[in-house]
Amino acid sequence: MIKNNKWASLYLVVVFILLYTPIAYLIFYSFNEAGTMNQFSGFTLEHYAALAEDTRLMIIALDTIRVALLSALLATTIGTLGAIGIYYSRRRETQNLLLGFNNILLVSPDVIIGASFLLLFTVVGFRLGFYSVLLSHIAFSIPIVVLMVLPRLEEMNENMITAAKDLGATNWQVLKEIILPNITPGILAGYFMAFTYSIDDFAVTFFVTGNGFATLSVEIYSRARQGVSLEINALSTVLFLVAFSLVAGYYFIQKQQRTRKLAHMDPTNHEKAVTP
Amino acid sequence: MVKQRKLLSVPYYLWILLFVIFPVLLLLFQSFRGLDGSFTLVNIQTYFTSRVYLTMTLQSFIYAFLITVLTLTISYPAAYFLTRTKNKQLWLLVLILPTWMNILLKTYAFIGILSQTGMVNQLLDFMGLGAQPLLFTRISFLIVATYIEIPFMLLPVFNAIDDINDSMVYASRDLGASEWKTFSTVILPLSLSGVRSGVQAVFIPSLSLFMLTRLIAGNRVITLGTAIEQHFLVTQNWGMGSTMGIVLIIIMFAVMYLTRKRKRGVAVR
Repeated sequence: MIKNNKWASLYLVVVFILLYTPIAYLIFYSFNEAGTMNQFSGFTLEHYAALAEDTRLMIIALDTIRVALLSALLATTIGTLGAIGIYYSRRRETQNLLLGFNNILLVSPDVIIGASFLLLFTVVGFRLGFYSVLLSHIAFSIPIVVLMVLPRLEEMNENMITAAKDLGATNWQVLKEIILPNITPGILAGYFMAFTYSIDDFAVTFFVTGNGFATLSVEIYSRARQGVSLEINALSTVLFLVAFSLVAGYYFIQKQQRTRKLAHMDPTNHEKAVTP
Repeated sequence: MVKQRKLLSVPYYLWILLFVIFPVLLLLFQSFRGLDGSFTLVNIQTYFTSRVYLTMTLQSFIYAFLITVLTLTISYPAAYFLTRTKNKQLWLLVLILPTWMNILLKTYAFIGILSQTGMVNQLLDFMGLGAQPLLFTRISFLIVATYIEIPFMLLPVFNAIDDINDSMVYASRDLGASEWKTFSTVILPLSLSGVRSGVQAVFIPSLSLFMLTRLIAGNRVITLGTAIEQHFLVTQNWGMGSTMGIVLIIIMFAVMYLTRKRKRGVAVR
């Protein structure tokens, strides 16, 4: 077992190195004076300076974040309400049908989503640009929000709702005081996922973006097609740091929530207390 | 009261109608339209009689299959070993983290790594093998696609193995099974559900990675995704593009059917 362990760790370290080499490679050459991704001739920060002065890229970066924040917000709202709808549709078949529709966009290849949305916008006569990208991002983020929120609803103690209603709470109060606080972790996870989906998306955006508007992915694609430019490397260093801190933050919030939950176990919830 | 609740979900139902059902219908409808906009079966006919389209679909299928096999061979042991480490959640997060890096940046990195004087060729040169042309070949497409898809296989497989009740493993060991025997008769069958979702998560996207074929494989690899993008955005032949889209959707459903959740696994019987 001990010998085995050593090989296991070695294997994991090799996979780790494989997964991180391209990222390290990008970051390393972002400091290259020579301007290529092959020979390192000397240390420089000029590519970062160029990045900071590239107003076009800055505007695109801000647009990308704007789309991500907005689309995640709207997708989370619609998705959460949808999950509540699915949860309350009592018939099993209806639930399965709704979930089936929900999952179509999750499993569809990006190209199909992009092409069919492009068809949709053209048929309806919607102008391609910021709003078509925003709508598409909302559309493909909704299903993941539903999948994040639904398990929380199913875990919820329904007696709480019955009790609230017995005590005379209105529907709105039940939603605000009981349901929403119970599913908040799911909603936050949904928002986070929707945000990363939006930031990461390339294929769908590429189809529906038209000429005037670009997100970072689309811009990187068109620059990469023209060849190596170390400004992209500098950009990837920045983006990696942002992604890294986001994920690290998310991890610690989750971890804190987990420990806090253990400390305040709900004593009224018999079912949960009994089952391991 | 129920009505009020239903009203809340209206935007969601609207979304299903407008962005799930309607676009698929449009795609289906468009596949029956010729270049002049008339109703025709020409696209479907061309697709099924043209050798170019059929070999392209087959090739696309083979590439996706190879990518899936490669990711599985790398990810399965990694997932298995991960479940045995201390701090497995943290380690998992570390291995999954590269997915949060923009896919185009990762692809772009390989333009440098695989280039004529890039890292891999410097290594090959150092070992006395001499530099090989790597970028813009089929191999490079496989390498980069595998690299990008590994985390999507790793995660479901890890979850499946992690969900296995430890007492099953202990019981097997107590009853005298060797470590290998325990693995092949207990852990492997119980982790197949994760492998199935991993295959789903890797195979279907692999059919449509058009940016990789453009940036890394030159134009040597043409997958269904590349062809669809080409027809929609370059040659503007939306009818043919939609026909291929429908083919892709059919393949997708076939893959999902083959990798569907089974009520009873082999070992639970």
